[in-house]
Amino acid sequence: MKIAIASGKGGTGKTTLSTNLAGYFAEKGEVILTDLDVEEPNSGLFIKGEFVHKEGKYNMIPEWEQEKCTLCGLCQEVCNFHAVIQLVDQIMIFPELCHGCYACSELCPVDALPMVPKKMGELNHFQKDKLTFVESRLDIGQEQAVPLISQTNEYIDKHFHKEALKLYDSPPGTSCPVIEAVKNADFVILVTEPTPFGLHDLKLAVDTLKELKKKFGVVVNRYGIGNDDVVNYCKKENIALIAKIPNSRRIAELYSRGELIYQKIPGVKHQFEEIEKYIFTNI
Amino acid sequence: MKEIVVISGKGGTGKTSITASFAYLEGKDVVVADCDVDAADMHLLMQPDFAKSEDFFSGEIAVIDQEKCTKCGKCADVCRFDAIPVINDLYVVQPLDCEGCGYCARVCPEDAITNESQNVGKWYISTIKTGSTMVHARLGIGADNSGKLVAKVKNEAKQIAKENNKDYIIIDGSPGTGCPVVSSLSGANFVILVTEPTVAGLHDLKRVYELVKKFHIEAGCIINKSDLNLQVSGEIENFLKEEKIIHISSLPYDETFTTAMTYGKTIVEYDEGNLKEIIKESWEKVIGIVRGR
Repeated sequence: MKIAIASGKGGTGKTTLSTNLAGYFAEKGEVILTDLDVEEPNSGLFIKGEFVHKEGKYNMIPEWEQEKCTLCGLCQEVCNFHAVIQLVDQIMIFPELCHGCYACSELCPVDALPMVPKKMGELNHFQKDKLTFVESRLDIGQEQAVPLISQTNEYIDKHFHKEALKLYDSPPGTSCPVIEAVKNADFVILVTEPTPFGLHDLKLAVDTLKELKKKFGVVVNRYGIGNDDVVNYCKKENIALIAKIPNSRRIAELYSRGELIYQKIPGVKHQFEEIEKYIFTNI
Repeated sequence: MKEIVVISGKGGTGKTSITASFAYLEGKDVVVADCDVDAADMHLLMQPDFAKSEDFFSGEIAVIDQEKCTKCGKCADVCRFDAIPVINDLYVVQPLDCEGCGYCARVCPEDAITNESQNVGKWYISTIKTGSTMVHARLGIGADNSGKLVAKVKNEAKQIAKENNKDYIIIDGSPGTGCPVVSSLSGANFVILVTEPTVAGLHDLKRVYELVKKFHIEAGCIINKSDLNLQVSGEIENFLKEEKIIHISSLPYDETFTTAMTYGKTIVEYDEGNLKEIIKESWEKVIGIVRGR
């Protein structure tokens, strides 16, 4: 079972919820937490497991072989992303623009553009008792998160049983990296805060999940701050409000040190029980 | 005209509240660009009038004419994104998976596939409550090309600033280190990094600053919620010293950030105390640095 933790707005508590939920579930059985926020992966700061495995992640980009090339110009013509440019006597490739579609390479009549792997990031796999933690991080300067997210998902699908409980810490926003992170999830938990920014971005996230036809529910973090608009919105739209995590400076302090909160703050564990109950009765 | 970009790596550090405050303080002399197109929030504080709005087209998507299709399957064979599955015996393009590379259309022997340009969002030019201009956008659901929309918003803001002889553009960037951030950084004169003293805040600050360094842009840092964890605050200050990043200011942990937001106000409009003063001094410091160069 795959549960993605997402939010429109950044900094609402996705990582807090993902890591604490993973810790909570790991007290009872096996759970796999994957950090798919590959641009800024933070879950690993809260889960200090034993190192298991590491691998470089690569995407495929064309490489120009000058001696074969006849400068026919087809590669430049077929590239929709302007990643292959023909100059007077050479072909220039801009890897950061390449989407890896292989059109230039496979359509080249003289095989002068073989695809070669180029490193885009790294995957790390850790174990802490019953909790498996996998994270991928995009190399700085790499612009496209989607291929790395997709390969990380493949790693999880390949190494772990289909029925295993899997949690995914997703990137913020509503654009392509988020879609890639949540598209295979059985259930999505949207974390928000009861503020105008939180509400505005929650609505965007809800629209996105409706478009994807995903089952989802909302967890309100920092409950007690701001106003009631998020709660009212959920009521009006018939969106399940699964849990409320209180606004507390003490939680913010524990978070700031990289500590989990669910055992230390009274009442929070109960909220996690509510989340567990909701998810398992609704999937 | 100087371009000042505000980014944070990590979300939720107070980036937009601080950017909006700076925009409010500078009034008519600054053009505002909300380049966090994925989850744009600045308009909630600046009361834009959405006077001008335009659709934004970017990228293409494959469309199969089922009348012409002979189901040879070549399109699905060449697609690297598994975007053309067979559904009810028909080859159907999945819009969210299609990257718009156009490879399928090129190999289709029946010319049954066309590439249609995609409407990926809307962008706006507004007059805001300070009397100044703001350029902002709304990205369509699950849209690709957010980097291109960021570039569009920024270029429009630049154009307006030039035409009206404005001194500054202030840009609210997006979280992360990927294409929208890269797009908002290119061409900037100064970067303001807004961080918080949490292990995640510091981790993300270090990563995003690595990206800033690639652009050779001078940077300053504001540590928000600085008294939340004095130890991590100290570590951030050491990092700033090592990297020669200007420490612009430290703000206290203060729920006024949220309260002001619930009234649709910037902090400098709502707060009458210390917070307002520090933000004012911070902006004066930024202006001093940018002018001095």
